[in-house]
Amino acid sequence: MYVAVKGGEKAIDNAHRLLAEARRGDPETPELTLDQIREQLGLAVDRVMGEGSVYDADLAALAIKQACGDLVEAIFLLRAFRATLPRLAESQPLDTARMTIRRRISATFKDLPGGQVLGPTFDYTHRLLDFDLARPAEAPPGSAQDHGQAPDQPSPKDESMPRVTDLLADQDLIEREVPGDPHGPVADLTREPLAFPAGRDLRLQNLARGDEGFLLALGYSSQRGYGRTHPFAGEIRMGEVAVEIVPEELGFPIVIGEITVTECQMVNQFAGSATVPPRFTRGYGLVFGASERKAMAMALVDRSLRARELGEDIVAPAQDEEFVLYHSDNVEAQGFVQHLKLPHYVDFQGELVLVRGLREEALARRKGAAE
Amino acid sequence: MTPDDRMVPTVSGLGPGFGDGVGQSQAAFRAVLRAMSRPGTVEALAPAGAFAPPLPLTPAAAAVGLTLFDFETPVYLSEDPAGAGSAVEDYLRFHTGAPMVAQADAAAFALIFNGLETPPLSVFQAGSDQAPETSTTVIVQVASLVADGEACWRLTGPGIDGAAAFSVAGLRDDFADDLIANQALFPRGVDVILAAPDRIAALPRTTRVEA
Amino acid sequence: MNAIENTNHGGNGGHGGNGAGGHGGYNFAYLDEQSKRMIRRAILKAVAIPGYQVPFGSREMPLPYGWGTGGIQVTASIIGRDDVLKVIDQGADDTTNAVSIRKFFVRTAGIATTEETGQATIIQTRHRIPEQSLLPGQILVYQVPIPEPLRWLEARETETRKMHGLADYGIMHVKLYEDIAKYGHIETSYDYPVRVNGRYLTAPSPIPKFDNPKMNDMPALQLFGAGREKRIYAIPPHTRVESLDFDDHPFEVQTWSEVCALCGADDTYLDEVIMDDRGTSMFVCSDTAHCAERRAAGHRGPDGDAAPTGLVP
Repeated sequence: MYVAVKGGEKAIDNAHRLLAEARRGDPETPELTLDQIREQLGLAVDRVMGEGSVYDADLAALAIKQACGDLVEAIFLLRAFRATLPRLAESQPLDTARMTIRRRISATFKDLPGGQVLGPTFDYTHRLLDFDLARPAEAPPGSAQDHGQAPDQPSPKDESMPRVTDLLADQDLIEREVPGDPHGPVADLTREPLAFPAGRDLRLQNLARGDEGFLLALGYSSQRGYGRTHPFAGEIRMGEVAVEIVPEELGFPIVIGEITVTECQMVNQFAGSATVPPRFTRGYGLVFGASERKAMAMALVDRSLRARELGEDIVAPAQDEEFVLYHSDNVEAQGFVQHLKLPHYVDFQGELVLVRGLREEALARRKGAAE
Repeated sequence: MTPDDRMVPTVSGLGPGFGDGVGQSQAAFRAVLRAMSRPGTVEALAPAGAFAPPLPLTPAAAAVGLTLFDFETPVYLSEDPAGAGSAVEDYLRFHTGAPMVAQADAAAFALIFNGLETPPLSVFQAGSDQAPETSTTVIVQVASLVADGEACWRLTGPGIDGAAAFSVAGLRDDFADDLIANQALFPRGVDVILAAPDRIAALPRTTRVEA
Repeated sequence: MNAIENTNHGGNGGHGGNGAGGHGGYNFAYLDEQSKRMIRRAILKAVAIPGYQVPFGSREMPLPYGWGTGGIQVTASIIGRDDVLKVIDQGADDTTNAVSIRKFFVRTAGIATTEETGQATIIQTRHRIPEQSLLPGQILVYQVPIPEPLRWLEARETETRKMHGLADYGIMHVKLYEDIAKYGHIETSYDYPVRVNGRYLTAPSPIPKFDNPKMNDMPALQLFGAGREKRIYAIPPHTRVESLDFDDHPFEVQTWSEVCALCGADDTYLDEVIMDDRGTSMFVCSDTAHCAERRAAGHRGPDGDAAPTGLVP
C-alpha cells in the first residue's frame, strides 16, 4: 500500500534520495555542467525559456539538469520560479524589422531585399546518425554532410531587411497590422485568469507559452482540412532584437538587453467584401530562442483562432478559442493528468458502494423476472 | 519604493504604515474575513506600533486599506469637509500604490470618512449577473459598533446562526434602506465594511437587515 | 502526547525584515504580498457571494497543478504565525500529498501543525470533511480540481457562466432525472452538486456525498481553491447547503453493513482495504485522526488490535 498510516514523510525523503541518484547516473561519468547544457543543448534551453516564460539561459539549463532532461518538468520548475519574481516594467513592442538576422527565409518569394539566409538549420541535413559525434572530438567536429572545411559562417546581417508582410502591405495586398495603443493596457494571463472572448494579446501570450507538441498537432490538423487556412510561410526570421523599456523618470526608451527570438509570419487565405477588396490575412508566431517549429505552429493556430473575427465558420478544434487556450498550457495539463496518481480511494469507495448496490438490484430484478 | 512595500519609513510628514507588513496585514485580513463571514460580529482591529494614519482616516479603516488596496484596485475617497482628504490620499498612495478615482462606480474600494454623509449605495459599482465580484467594497467610518446592543438592527442571512442583533452609531439614518435595496440586487450588490476607530464589522450583500 | 507539533524553524525574525518568517529567500508562506492581497480580495468577494466562483490570478506554485495548488494558495493567503494547520488527503493526515503540503507550510511559514481536528485553526483537505463537527472560528480549505458543477454537462465556460448568471440549472436537473430513469437512482456518488443559500449551484469538490450534509449550517467557514482553473469560492458559516434531489427520490448518503474494523464506528465513512487476492477486505475509518481518537478513548472494532498497515519506506 502506498497510503501510509505512518511513514509517509520517510517514504517521500527516500523517494527524493532515489531521484537524486537517478539524476546523477553513473558517478564514473563526469557530471554535466550548466555551461555544457546551455552551449550544447541550446534548443532544449530555448524551449524551456519560451514555455517557461523566463528569458534566462542559465536558469533554463539548471532546470533541465534538475529535471533529468524532462523538458516539461524543466518548464514547470522555471514557471514556479518565475511566479516569485517582481514585475518591474513593461517592455516596448519588439521591433523585429530591426533584428540582427541569423536566419531569414521566405517561401512566398524567390528572392527579396536582404536575400534568403539559411543560417543554422536542420532543414537540409540528411537525418543520418553522425557517429563522429559519438566520439569526443579534439577539434570542432564537421557535420556528416560537410567533412573538411569549417562552414563559411555568414556574419549576422543587420542591413535593412524589410519584413515580407511589410512589402505586401505596401501594395495593400495583405491586411494591415494596426498597432495597438502603445500606452494602453496589455493583457497578462499570469495576473488575470483567461476570460472569453480573449483579445489577440492574450491569445498570443497563451500560445507563446503553450506546449509545442499541442500547437504542432493543432497546426497540422488545420493543414489537413480541420479548419483550413491556406497558409504560406511568408517569412521566418531568427536573430537578436533589442528589448527597450521607458523608465518613468526618463520618459524615453532605453535598451535593457538583447534577446534571441524566432518570428513566423504566415500569409493566409484572402478575405474581402463588397466594400473591401480582397487581401491576404495573417497568422503570427513569436517565441524565445531558435524555436522555429513552435513559431510556425503558433502562427497557424493564431490564424485559425481568428475565425470569429474574420467571419469564418468555426468547425474545427484549432478554431475553437476555449478549447485551444484552456488546454495549451503543459504545466496545467501535466499536473492535472498526473494528479490521477494521487489517492482517490475515498471517491472510488463511493463508486464501489454504488455499483455494488446497482448490481444487487439488477440481479434481484432478473431473478424476480425468472421466477 | 515598490508598491509592495508596506514597511516604509516615514517620509515628508506621511504617517507610518504597518511596522510588520507581512504579519499585520495578515492579522488585519483575518479580522476582515471573520467580519465578512459572520455579519454582525464586531472585530477588534487596532494595529500596534507606530501606526499613525492622518486624520480623518481612522486606524481601523487605514488597516483595512493597507491590507487590501494596491495598484490593481482603484479607490474612491469621499470628500472630507475639513479639506484634509489630500493627506489621506497621499498616505494611501504612498503606502499602497492604489490609483484614486473620482467616479464612484469605477472603484474597487470606496472609503467614506463620515458615515453620516454616506452617499447612496446605488452610486457604487454593483457588478453584473455574470461577474458580481466586480462590485465595489464600501468602507464606511462610523463612531461606534456594538454587537447585541440595544436599539439595533436585526440581521439574518449566510454567516449568521439564526439572527444577530447589531447597533451602529454615526451612520446616516436611512442607511438601512440602502442596505435593504442592495440586498435585493443579489447576486449583484456592494459589500460594506463598517469601521469604528478600533474595530470593524461587515455587511455583505447577502445580509438581510431589519431596522 | 503533545497534540501540536511546533516545528518553527530558525530565522523567523518576525519583524521589520522583508518576508519575515519565510524560508530561503521566499516570503512568509511562500506567496509574495501582492499575490496574497489579490487572493484575499477574491476570498472576501467569494464569502460575500456564497457558492459563486470568483476568478483569480492563480499563481504557479512549486507543486503541480491538480495537486492542491488552489487550496495551497488560499491557505498561504490566510495563514498567520499563530495558526495551527492540519492537512488531510482522503481523510488521512499521513497520505503522501498531505505530508508534502504540510511540510511545505512548515518550511515556508514555520507554523505549528496538528493531526487533531479540534486543535486546528485551519484544515486543508482533499476529498473529505472530518467526521467530528467543526468549530466556529475554524476554516476548512478545500482543494478543488474542477470547480464548475456544470462542466461535465457543458464544457464551455462562456455557457456555464451564463447559466449561473441566470440561475438556469435545468441541464443538471435533467441529468439527475435521466439517472433515475436509467438506474432507478442518481448515479453520482461524489462531487454531488449542492445549492448554496438557495442560489448558486456549487461543486462540493469531489468529497463523497456522505459528507454533503456536513456542509449545511456548518459553524466553520468553508473556502474552496481551484488553482489550475483559477477560481475561489466560499460558503460562510451557518449557510444553507442543499444537495439536489427530487421529492420522490430524496438525497441519500452511502451506508455500510460493516463497522470500522479498528475502532468499531458505525457512523463514519469507511475505506475498503484489500487483504488478499481472494476478495477478503477490511473496512476502516477514512478519517484516521477520528479513528485514532476513538481508539485512544477505548473503542475497539472486530480487528481492533491490528496494526494499521503502512507505506513501504
